[in-house]
Amino acid sequence: MSAVLQAKNIDKFFTNPVLFQVLKNISFSIEEGEFVSIMGKSGCGKSTLLYILSTMDTDYKGELFLGGERLTGKSGKELARFRNEKIGFVFQFHYLLSEFTVLKNVMLPALKLARKSEKEIKRDALEKLSILGIEDQAYKKASMISGGQKQRVAIARALINDPAIIMGDEPTGNLDSKNSDNVFNIFKDLSVNNKLSLLVVTHDLDFAKKTDRIIEMGDGEIIANQCFA
Amino acid sequence: MSNFKIILDISKTFLLSRIKQSGIAALGVTFGIGTFVILVSFMTGLNGLLDGLILNRTPHIHIYNEVKRSEVQPIDLVSRFRNGLNVVHSVKPKKNQIRIHNALPLIEALKSDERVKGVTPQVSAKVFYLSGSTELNGLVNGINIENEIRLFNFDDYIVKGSPQDLLKNKNGILLGAGVAAKMLLSVGDRVQVSTVSGGVVPLKIVGIFQSGLADLDNIQSYVNLKMAQQLIGENTNYISDINVKLWDMENAVSMAAAISKQHDLTALDVKTANAQFETGTAIRNLITYAVSITLLIVAGFGIYNILNMFIYEKMNDIAILKATGFSGLDVKLIFISQALIIGVLGGLLGLALGFGISVLISHAPFETEALPTIKTYPVNFEPAFYVIGMVFAIASTFLAGYLPARKAEHIDPVEIIRGQ
Repeated sequence: MSAVLQAKNIDKFFTNPVLFQVLKNISFSIEEGEFVSIMGKSGCGKSTLLYILSTMDTDYKGELFLGGERLTGKSGKELARFRNEKIGFVFQFHYLLSEFTVLKNVMLPALKLARKSEKEIKRDALEKLSILGIEDQAYKKASMISGGQKQRVAIARALINDPAIIMGDEPTGNLDSKNSDNVFNIFKDLSVNNKLSLLVVTHDLDFAKKTDRIIEMGDGEIIANQCFA
Repeated sequence: MSNFKIILDISKTFLLSRIKQSGIAALGVTFGIGTFVILVSFMTGLNGLLDGLILNRTPHIHIYNEVKRSEVQPIDLVSRFRNGLNVVHSVKPKKNQIRIHNALPLIEALKSDERVKGVTPQVSAKVFYLSGSTELNGLVNGINIENEIRLFNFDDYIVKGSPQDLLKNKNGILLGAGVAAKMLLSVGDRVQVSTVSGGVVPLKIVGIFQSGLADLDNIQSYVNLKMAQQLIGENTNYISDINVKLWDMENAVSMAAAISKQHDLTALDVKTANAQFETGTAIRNLITYAVSITLLIVAGFGIYNILNMFIYEKMNDIAILKATGFSGLDVKLIFISQALIIGVLGGLLGLALGFGISVLISHAPFETEALPTIKTYPVNFEPAFYVIGMVFAIASTFLAGYLPARKAEHIDPVEIIRGQ
């Protein structure tokens, strides 16, 4: 097994209002097909870490590798391209473009990547939606569907470009237990059957316990890195 | 660029989701451009009309012999008195002939000059129009009617009859409208003209001439060149005025100076004769452009405001787009293309509005004594104005969209996502 994601000695400072080190010397890696959760109290820096790993935040020290490629120091445009192709996101708040249809929301990252024709992309998007059991909502506006459905649309969108890794920031934080289980099962299935790597920040201990590994953080440091599987 | 389609698609959806605001922004451009087109078409139409009124009718160079005082008195020629203070009382103008000396060779020389579009000689004769026992003061100009029509649009001022009839009838006269009204004469009637030397010549009225200037129409009439020469008892060499029309009016000043110097004649160029006129044209153009640009700037601020508001509303969407792999440049292009769509649609609508209202204005009745052949308001349907209008629309919306779009480009998605 090879490391999909690797972080080496990551330090992060906030300068506003006073100099403050949020992340201290964070190093870990995630293997292919591994389902990892990050836990920790509010303010411990887990979300900050996720945004660095997601390449959206480039203001850090240390090195970041994804799929063997060094991402530290690349330009914003290259990183955008990389995010588009290799990383899928699922957020706590569903973050769909509310004026577009569900289908279009799923298609957009693929249209941007432009690796396939629009027809193929549409077929892929409908397929992903049907995997998640919401193909009947495809032509509704994103603002017209329920919260649980939105989260599944977001997952479908994260999957559209067949990324190397999916990252989630409290993807179940806003869902009831039934929808939460649902999302977990989808993730688990992707990890086991599609060999997809997943990295999820969560507060939900029950959720975390079911994942392959928990990285526990406190005061900007990794304090535990346990395997369950 | 395959990216472009998806960017346009996103900006279209954004615009349609705020159709009212987008519409209002586009209407701002529409009114700006529409007003520009209307103003500039109408103003330049009016300018063209006034240009025509003065410039088409006025020769670019008018050559004649002017009565003037002698610049040099005999005493100035005597060296003995050169250092004295010489006072000469009662200086009279030098006796001078009215005719242009050697006019025919001068005309030929002017005609062969490549800067010259045409040359036409005139002979003016003082006469009395006789109506029963009344005598009316008059001035008859002998002209070459074909040249006058070709060079100075003379036919525009013939309100009745046909100027070409003057060619067929060597005793024909184009009578001033004021004279005709006073003497109750019309086309086909005869008028008796008495010359200064006492002869009476009956002339046939072939047309009525109206310049719009009452003083002129009460006195002036036109006959054939030969008839005028006959009236004053001179031969065919006698020419009192030469009117020159040039291809390019800008050459008038230098040519007039050269002619004046070379032939010892008075040569009056059109710029000197109508100096105040150009000032008026320039100021009208200035006002037109100033008003139009102000309108477009106002429309530009409207677009700026609305796009700024869009961007605040769409912060989340911008963050999502960036998180899912759209670069800052893509986001900037989305907002710039929104501005350009507003600009192009608003601009096209503005051109249509401007054209429509220009057509309406050009059909509105406009009758004035001064311009007998003009029946409606003058409007200049110059395609260049429509091109300028469109360029204005696109340029101003681009500028108004650029600043908000640049802001969107630099939005940090992490800040938005964390801020929830």
